[in-house]
Amino acid sequence: MKISIDNALGLHPQALALRSERTSLLARNIAQADTPGYKSRDIDFQSVLAEQMKGTPMQGTLSGTNHAHITQATNGQGGYDVQYRVPLMPSLDGNTVDVQSEQSKFAENNMRFLASLRFVDGRFGSLVTAIKGE
Amino acid sequence: MSLLNVFDIAGSGMSAQSIRLNTTASNLANAESVAPRGEATYRARHPVFAAELETAAGGHLPLPSETGAAEGSNVQVLGIVESDKPLNIRYEPDHPYANENGYVAYPNVNPVEEMSNMISASRSFQINVEMMNTARSLAERVLNMGR
Repeated sequence: MKISIDNALGLHPQALALRSERTSLLARNIAQADTPGYKSRDIDFQSVLAEQMKGTPMQGTLSGTNHAHITQATNGQGGYDVQYRVPLMPSLDGNTVDVQSEQSKFAENNMRFLASLRFVDGRFGSLVTAIKGE
Repeated sequence: MSLLNVFDIAGSGMSAQSIRLNTTASNLANAESVAPRGEATYRARHPVFAAELETAAGGHLPLPSETGAAEGSNVQVLGIVESDKPLNIRYEPDHPYANENGYVAYPNVNPVEEMSNMISASRSFQINVEMMNTARSLAERVLNMGR
């Protein structure tokens, strides 16, 4: 029998990477809460994770047929979009950060990060048990 | 690891908010300072915040891990501007700095505005501190993984 560590860990490593990315994005939003013209942004976790698990980077839904077309915003490495949040109540200076909702999202995201971390930790524990065979 | 970017981001936010607190303190302290005739009266000062320059190419929104928190993430203080609201002119003929008509120009500091500014700045500062603490505890948990 072969133990594959990747299979044993499941989707949690990807989820952790994405969660930490999102933590940093939400932190950015909160830090810029008083910056005029700053637009709040986020990643759509569900769809990004689904795409990553399919193994296909999420791009190419728009095809440019003319060099003047604006390219779809994707990041180079894993291919996921950072999107602007639809503002609940934009302020007069053009800032769309709602600190309270960002904070609750930050807290929720961190909870889920810890949950994934717990899962990974547990799987490692099981693997160690299997290896030791005690 | 992008968790560590949070430290940079929150740190820049904290320093920007502390500059804001500083200008507020200066404004409140100088709310009643009258300058002698011929010298400029103190004017209320406010910092201007900006997100550090974003990569302009193709509407591309960089992720924090891509830019290493250097671009688009940090709060930058572009500068401090003086308010151009009209000065507060009061009629005080016995004041040593009164002009020939008996008027004294007081700074255009609005104490109520400054107080609310101060509360807002200190709250934002607190939120940044909390964010940093949260990121630190998350990073610690990651470091302890598999123990």
